[in-house]
Amino acid sequence: MIISSLFFYLFSAIMIAAACMVISARNPVHSVLFLILAFFNASGLFILLGAEFVAMILVIVYVGAVAVLFLFVVMMLDIDFSELREGMLQYVPIGVTIGAILMIELILVGGAWVLSPETASLAAAKTPAPDQLSNTEAIGQLLYTKYVYLFQAAGMVLLVAMVGAIVLTLRHKPGVKRQVVADQVARSPKTAIEMKKVKPGQGI
Amino acid sequence: MVEAIWPYVLTLLIIGAQSVALLVSLLIVIAFLLLADRKIWAAVQMRRGPNVVGPFGLLQSFADLLKFVFKEVVIPAGANKGVFLLAPLVTCVLALSAWAVVPLADGWVIADINVGILYIFAISSLGVYGVIMGGWASNSKYPFLGALRSAAQMVSYEVSIGFVIITVLLCAGTLNLSGIVEAQNSNWGMLGWYFIPLFPMFVVFFVSALAETNRPPFDLPEAESELVAGFMVEYSSTPYLMFMLGEYVSIVLMCAMTSILFLGGWLPPFNIVPFTWIPGIGWFLIKVCFVFFMFAMVKAIVPRYRYDQLMRLGWKVFLPLSLFYVALTAGVLVAFDLAP
Repeated sequence: MIISSLFFYLFSAIMIAAACMVISARNPVHSVLFLILAFFNASGLFILLGAEFVAMILVIVYVGAVAVLFLFVVMMLDIDFSELREGMLQYVPIGVTIGAILMIELILVGGAWVLSPETASLAAAKTPAPDQLSNTEAIGQLLYTKYVYLFQAAGMVLLVAMVGAIVLTLRHKPGVKRQVVADQVARSPKTAIEMKKVKPGQGI
Repeated sequence: MVEAIWPYVLTLLIIGAQSVALLVSLLIVIAFLLLADRKIWAAVQMRRGPNVVGPFGLLQSFADLLKFVFKEVVIPAGANKGVFLLAPLVTCVLALSAWAVVPLADGWVIADINVGILYIFAISSLGVYGVIMGGWASNSKYPFLGALRSAAQMVSYEVSIGFVIITVLLCAGTLNLSGIVEAQNSNWGMLGWYFIPLFPMFVVFFVSALAETNRPPFDLPEAESELVAGFMVEYSSTPYLMFMLGEYVSIVLMCAMTSILFLGGWLPPFNIVPFTWIPGIGWFLIKVCFVFFMFAMVKAIVPRYRYDQLMRLGWKVFLPLSLFYVALTAGVLVAFDLAP
């Protein structure tokens, strides 16, 4: 028990420190690297909760794919961050408001569980006992039976977003030579080679 | 208080001892596999390969190690020093940490976690960070181009590797690596291994593993004819050694994954007497070496892909093929009631 709370505070401390560095680091690439550190510690917290599947998915999706694209974009764009920071003070009230709303909501959620324990039992009733199933199976059973329509709807939303992104960026420029593998494979010596009789000293 | 801490210390010591044993034997195996790689490459080109240090050049890798370690570390003036030195460390540590969940034989695994394959997938998808960080921190054109190529390449091929892993999971019904090997254990020996029913996925996984580890013919991040050495141009001495080491560790990891997912891990090919005499670790090593031999032969035989062809192969051939095979496998398993 001591060990797990020790690790909890370790992960949380590093995560909060990394999150602060994300917004305060001067170099945008360093910001992204600190964001990755924060993701890692979040997945450590999930493992402490016994949610190892969610922890691994967090690393695969956010660190392995999303943050790579972030890093890609940040490295390619030549952003002058000192210029961006000049107007930072005028956004402080908006930031503080959003932060306060999030804080209050989190307190309300936590408070509801403490004040009326039956809300917590409502949420817990849907999940099978952790000692009977591994949590990968438990998530699968809930996701593909009870919430299958919501799952499909989420998939449709992602598909539409993907099609939209492709439609927005795909351009067929005229005059660009593309490789057509089928054409290359379909070539035979008959169509590709022509025999010529060349007289000496004349050329074709 | 001291009594309460004692069991934790003991567990920690055991895990530490196991890890050190695994890492030392892994590094020794890799030293000889590296030599084997160069020897096979040389043999295909009718050269001799390294043959000076030790009998048949057996100690060549150790000589190289000493050479790298004793050289001076050169850090370019314009480099981002912290990230520049962090990059090879990230590559090396990530590649080594993936071995924690690899079962070498029945029960021979440091961390027998029940999402083992997801862990490996997560760690191998992080390998790209070493390359990107190294390329960016060098503050030079060739490394940066190499890093960009690598980022696009590794993200593309992870998708098909993910789908291949899903087909295997559907057949095995578990995410635990030992469980996946056990699921291939049948009375028919090697006929029950997954490379037979999932043969197209076996090929896709093998090719994607080549691309994921930047092996030829997909070594575009370090294509020496175009980018000098890609993301490693500015590296020298020990940091360079760590990049190379990380690369080879992840190559051997991919060989181990191929043999666990498709070639039955530590299982003997036939459950009859002369084959069952060899212990599980022996069969596992034989399979890993066989897959590594195929990696080395591909390096020696196949010319490098062009970048657009690489992307086309990943997105237009492997992705639809693996997606189709996931649907087919799931359909067959449900239709014939074979799902575990």
